[in-house]
Amino acid sequence: MRLGRGAATTYPGSLVHSDAILIEGSNMAECHPVAFRWVMQAKLRQPNPATIMHADPRFTRTTAMADIHAPIRAGTDIAFLGGIINHVLNSKRWYDEPFFQEYVKTYTNAATLINPDFKDTEDLEGVFSGLGPYKEGKWGLNGFIGQYVSKTWQYAGTAVGEAGRSAATAQSGEQGVQSGQPGAAQQPVSGKPPYDDLVKSLVPPPATTDPTLQNPMSVFQLLKKHYSRYTPEMVANITGCPQDQFVRVADTMLNNSGPDKTSAICYAVGWTQHTYGPQMIGTAALLQLLLGNMGRPGGGIVALRGHATIQGSTDVPTLYHSIHGYMAAPSILKNHETVADYLKTETLATGYWANTPKFFVSYLKSVYGDAATADNDWGYAWHPRITGDHSHMPMMIAMAEGRVKGMFAVGQNPAVGGQNAGFQRKALANLDWLVVKDNFETETASFWYRSPEIQNGELSPESIKTEVFFFPSAQVGEMEGTFTNTQRLIKFHHKAADPPGDARSDMWFTYHLGKRLKQLYAGSKEPRDQGFLNMTWDYEPDPEEVANWRIKDEPSALKVIREINGFVTGKPDQHLAGFAALKADGSTTCASWIYSGMYPKPGIENLRAASRNPAPKTAKLNGKELTGAELSWGFAWPANRRALYNRASAKPDGTPWSEAKAWVWWDPNMPDPTTGKPGQWTGLDVPDFALAKAPSAKAKPGATGLDALSGTDPFIMKADGKGWLFAASGLVDGPFPTHYEPIESPAPNLLYPKQQSSPVLKRWDIDGNPRAQPADPQFPYVLTTYRLTEHHLSGVMSRWLPWLAELQPELFAEISPELAAEKGVGNTEYVRISTPRGQIVAKALVTRRMQPLTVNGKTLHHVGLPWHFGYQGVVTGDVTNNLALMVGDPNVTIHEGKAFVCNLEKA
Amino acid sequence: MAQQSATPAATTAAPPSATPAGGTPVPLASIPPASAYAPPGAFPPEPLGFYTDTSVCIGCKACEVACKNWNGLSSRNGGVNTLSGDSYDNTRRLDGQHWRHVKFIEQFSEDRTNGRWLMMSDVCKHCVQAGCLEVCPTGAIMRTEYDTVVIQADVCNGCRDCIGACPFGVIDINPVNNTAMKCTLCYDRLHRGMEPACAQACPTASIQFGPIAELKQRAQARLEQLKSQPRPESRPEPRLYGADESFLGGLNAFYLLDDEPEVYGLPNHPALPSQHLPANVGLAAVGAVGVGLLGLLGLRKRRMDEFAAEARAEQISDRGATDPGMTLGSDEEAPHA
Repeated sequence: MRLGRGAATTYPGSLVHSDAILIEGSNMAECHPVAFRWVMQAKLRQPNPATIMHADPRFTRTTAMADIHAPIRAGTDIAFLGGIINHVLNSKRWYDEPFFQEYVKTYTNAATLINPDFKDTEDLEGVFSGLGPYKEGKWGLNGFIGQYVSKTWQYAGTAVGEAGRSAATAQSGEQGVQSGQPGAAQQPVSGKPPYDDLVKSLVPPPATTDPTLQNPMSVFQLLKKHYSRYTPEMVANITGCPQDQFVRVADTMLNNSGPDKTSAICYAVGWTQHTYGPQMIGTAALLQLLLGNMGRPGGGIVALRGHATIQGSTDVPTLYHSIHGYMAAPSILKNHETVADYLKTETLATGYWANTPKFFVSYLKSVYGDAATADNDWGYAWHPRITGDHSHMPMMIAMAEGRVKGMFAVGQNPAVGGQNAGFQRKALANLDWLVVKDNFETETASFWYRSPEIQNGELSPESIKTEVFFFPSAQVGEMEGTFTNTQRLIKFHHKAADPPGDARSDMWFTYHLGKRLKQLYAGSKEPRDQGFLNMTWDYEPDPEEVANWRIKDEPSALKVIREINGFVTGKPDQHLAGFAALKADGSTTCASWIYSGMYPKPGIENLRAASRNPAPKTAKLNGKELTGAELSWGFAWPANRRALYNRASAKPDGTPWSEAKAWVWWDPNMPDPTTGKPGQWTGLDVPDFALAKAPSAKAKPGATGLDALSGTDPFIMKADGKGWLFAASGLVDGPFPTHYEPIESPAPNLLYPKQQSSPVLKRWDIDGNPRAQPADPQFPYVLTTYRLTEHHLSGVMSRWLPWLAELQPELFAEISPELAAEKGVGNTEYVRISTPRGQIVAKALVTRRMQPLTVNGKTLHHVGLPWHFGYQGVVTGDVTNNLALMVGDPNVTIHEGKAFVCNLEKA
Repeated sequence: MAQQSATPAATTAAPPSATPAGGTPVPLASIPPASAYAPPGAFPPEPLGFYTDTSVCIGCKACEVACKNWNGLSSRNGGVNTLSGDSYDNTRRLDGQHWRHVKFIEQFSEDRTNGRWLMMSDVCKHCVQAGCLEVCPTGAIMRTEYDTVVIQADVCNGCRDCIGACPFGVIDINPVNNTAMKCTLCYDRLHRGMEPACAQACPTASIQFGPIAELKQRAQARLEQLKSQPRPESRPEPRLYGADESFLGGLNAFYLLDDEPEVYGLPNHPALPSQHLPANVGLAAVGAVGVGLLGLLGLRKRRMDEFAAEARAEQISDRGATDPGMTLGSDEEAPHA
C-alpha cells in the first residue's frame, strides 16, 4: 500500500548483495530455511560479509545465525521500527549524505503537502483525524469498533486514490466509499468501452509540493513529528529491548545504506498476525524508503510468504475481497452497479492502474466467454458481489449462529489452525454438511468423534447433525500445476505418478464438482443461476495429456494456465505475450492480468513457468560484465521482473548510484526495440518502468496512465509514481504506522495513554470468545505462537510422517529458567497454560533462549507455544489455538496470534 | 555457489522411478533427464568427503530426513517418541537408524549478554585410519575407491566389534536387520555422479561435499574469515577438526567448529584401538580383546533390551487413545529381539 504491489519487493537471492539484513517478525531460518540459504551466502561472502540482525522475543535458530539479537516484547515492532525511523531522522549521516536527500526527495512523497485539516496521532492523543463510529451493514459480522473517514488524509487540494481500494489491501466490501475521486473534474462520460473518457474524467489535479521539505504540512515534517517521541528510552520501555542493542540495530541499518550499500528487511507472519499487522509492514516500507533501499539489489523487503503457494493464492485469489490480480471484488456496499460504476469507483486514472478497464473486461471475458458482450455489460450482473467481511473468522461466527449450511475444507484444518479453535470446532457441529479434502483424516474431518469437546462431553456424535464427507487428496507429484512462491515466482510442476485409489487433485475435484452442478442447474430460468450456467468451464484434457495415466478425466492444467495468461478472444491458440496486449473492448480474454506473459505461446516448451535455466542475465556497464537475476528460472509476475521498483536502483539521471549496486539503468544509445529510437532502460533485470521513457521525461499534465508520471517516478502502480511515506489511501487505520498495544496486553500504551489499542480494530464480543482486559493480573504472561522447522502448519503434512514426527514428537511450552523457578517447574514437566478461552497442557522446555524482559520497569515473561499439534496423526498433542482469541486487524482481518496473554501453572 | 563446481550433480533430482506404484509408466519426455544437469557415471576415484561448516548450520534436520529417505531408514517407533528436553534434539544420537544427527548446544550466561546456540550435523567421519575397519573380523567394512568407509550389510555378522572401536560413537546395530550400520557417504549415489543426499538437502551449504583437497581449501578460507571477525574475548578460537593428519590420518568428514571439540561432544584426541596396544603382544592381546568383547556384548544386550522395553512402554502410553489402524505398517520397525 506504500509501494504499489502486495508482494515481496525483491527475491531472496538478492540478499547475497545485502550489506545488512534485519530479520524481524520472522523466524526465517526455521520457517523459510531454503530462502535463508541466501542470508547464509551473504554471511559467507568474502570479503565484507553481511551483518545479520534478528529482532524477536525468542532466541531462535535464526538468532543463532545472527550477529545482533534485539530481544523485543511480542507485538511492539512498530515502536521498535518507529524508533529506528526517529534515530535515522536525528542522525547526522542522513542529512550529510546527499544520496538520502536525493532519493527521498525524488522518489518518495516526502515533499507532498497534505490536506491542512489533517491531524496526527500527536495532535489527537493516539488517533488520526476523521475517526467516527462504524455503521454495521446487512451482514452484521464485520466487527469494526470504529471507522475513519479518510478525507483529511488526502493530498492538499487533490486526492491520489480513494480509501478502500482492495488493490492496496482489503476491506473493499465493508466500508462504503464515494465513487470517483474528490477534486476530479466531474464531467459526463459515456461509460462505454473502451472507457477511455471514463478514465480521463477521473484524473485529479496535481499535488502541491515543497521541495525544501520545510512546510509543516509536508509529508516529511509530518513524519518527523509523528515519530519524534519514539526515542531509544521510549523504545526500551515499551519493547523491553536494551537501549544499546536497539541503537546497534538502528546504526547498522543506517550505516549499511547509501549509494554503495544496501540493507534488506525480511518479515513473515510475525508481523502480519496483529491487530495492526499491515501497519508493521508499512513501518518497514517507510524505513526502507527513507534509507533509499527500495528497488535496489540487496535492499527492499522480503515478505516471506507461506509454503508453498500462499502468494499464488492471493494472486489468483482464494480471498473473498478481491478478484484476480488484486482488483476489488464487486460489492453491494460500493457503487458497483454496472461495469462503468465499478470502473469509476476502482480505477486510478494516473499510474499503471489506469488500465483497470482492460484488466477487468478481460477478466469478465474469461469468466463468461462468449456470453459476455458489450451489450450485456460483459455479464457483470451475473458476477457475485460481497456483502461484508466473509473471511475466515466472521464465516465461522456465522456458522456458529447457524447461518452457514455447508463448508468445503480443502487443504485447511481449522480444528487445529483456527483461532479459538474450540469455538470453531463447535461451529462445525452446526453445519448440515462438511467436505474435507486432505491427505489424511484431519482433526477437522474427525471433530465429530474425537475432538476435545467429545472427550469432555460438550458434544456427542449422536447430537451432531453434520454430515462429514472425506475425500483423499493427490500429492504434488501426482498432478500438474504451478506454485507461486514467496518472490512472485511461478513455477510449474510435472506429474510423476498417478495418485493411488480415489485420491484426486484439488483441480479434479473442483472441475468435476462444477460440471455436475452445471448439469444440476441446466435449464433453470432463475436469474440467480444464470451466472453459473453462463460461466465458461471447459478444461477437458487433450487425449495426449492423459495418455500415459490411469486417471483419464484429470482436467488440463495447461488450459487453466492459458486462461490465466490470456488469449485473443475466440482464438485460444493466440496467447497474449503480456498484459500490455490487453484491451477493454472484449477482444482479449485474461483471467489474471498480472500473470499474463507466463505462457506466451502454446506448448509446454513455451511455458515460461516451466523453464529451468539457471543462467543469470548479464549486462555490460562501463565495459565491465555484470551478472544479475536468473530470468529464465521460472517466471515472476509482473512481466518477469525480479526486483520491483528497480527504476530506483538508478539515480534520477538514469545512471547507477554506484557500480557495486548497479541493477537497472538508462542507456541513452541502446535502441528501443519497438520504435528503434535510441534510449532504453536496461541492466540486470527486467526494468520495472516504461522501457523507452527517458529519465528527463516530464509528466504530462492531465494525462492518464504512465503518461501522468515523469521519468523519475519509480513506483508506477501509485497514482503519483512515488513511494509513500504517507499513505493517503489504501489503509483504513491511518496514514502513518502508530504504536498500539495488542488487544490483550500486559502493558499500558506508553506513547498514547488514552488509546491502548487500535481504535478501528475488529472484534467479536460473542459468547465463547472472551478476552482479557489490559494488564489483567490473572493472565500476566505474553503468549506467542509459532512454527518449528520440523512441522508444517497444523501438522497434516508432518505429524503423519514418522521421519518428521520423531524430530519434534510432543507439544512443548518454551519458558525461561526464571519463570520455571517461579512456578516450580522442571524441564519436561507438564504445565497448564490458560487464557480466557481455554487451557491446554504441554511439557515445559526450560531454556535460557527465553529471556525475561524489563518492560516499563517490570519483569515480563514470554511463553512460547508451537501450534502444530492436534488429536490425530502419528504424534499428537493439545491444540494451541484453543487459547487464541478471534480478533482482527481492520485492513485484512488477520487475527492476533503472535501476541496475547496467558497464565501458566505446573500441571 | 562455489559448491557447484565440485558437485556437478548438485541440482540433480532423485532418479525418477520408471514404474510407480500404480504400474503406469511415467512419461519422462517432459522431465529433463539427470544427464541434463550432470554427466553420467561415477565421480573420479579420488578422496571425497564432507566439510561441515557448523557456523552456518541452522539445525533444520533436513540432512537427517534426506538421509533416512534415501537410505530407507525407519523412524524409531514409527515416529512416536518422547520430548528429550535437550534443546531441539529429539533423535539424540548417531546409531544404526540415524546416520546423520544434528546436535544442539545452548550456551548462555545468566544475564544473556553472552549467548549462543551451536548446531552441528554429525556423521561418520570416514577416517583415513578407521578403527572400525581395523577391528572388523569379517571384512564387512571396506574402504572404497573414494577413500570412504562402508559397511556391507550382507557380510556383517553383527559382532559389534566396530561399535567399540569407533572413537566417535558413530556405529550401532540397526534393529531392523541386526547388522552394524552407519553412513555410507551415499556410496550408491556417488556411483551415479550424484552428491550424498544430506549435502544436497542442506539449504545453507553447511554440509559441503566434494574432493577433500578442494574442501580443505574452502574450509581454510572460511576459517580465516571467521578469525578476522570480532569475537568475545572469553570465547575460544574457531578451528578445523580433522582437516589435517594430526589424528587418524585425517577425517574425510571434517568440521569447522566454533569452539573446542568437547563442546560438540567430539574427542580432542581420537585414537585407533591398536594405538593403545604395545607392539607384538600378539595373541594375549587378542584374548583380552575377546574377553572385553564378551563383556561389551553383555552390556550391549542389556541396553538393547532396556531400550526395547522403554520403546514398548512409550508406544503404549503415547498411542493409548490412538486407533491402532493408524500406525504405518511400512515404517513400523521390527520388534527388538
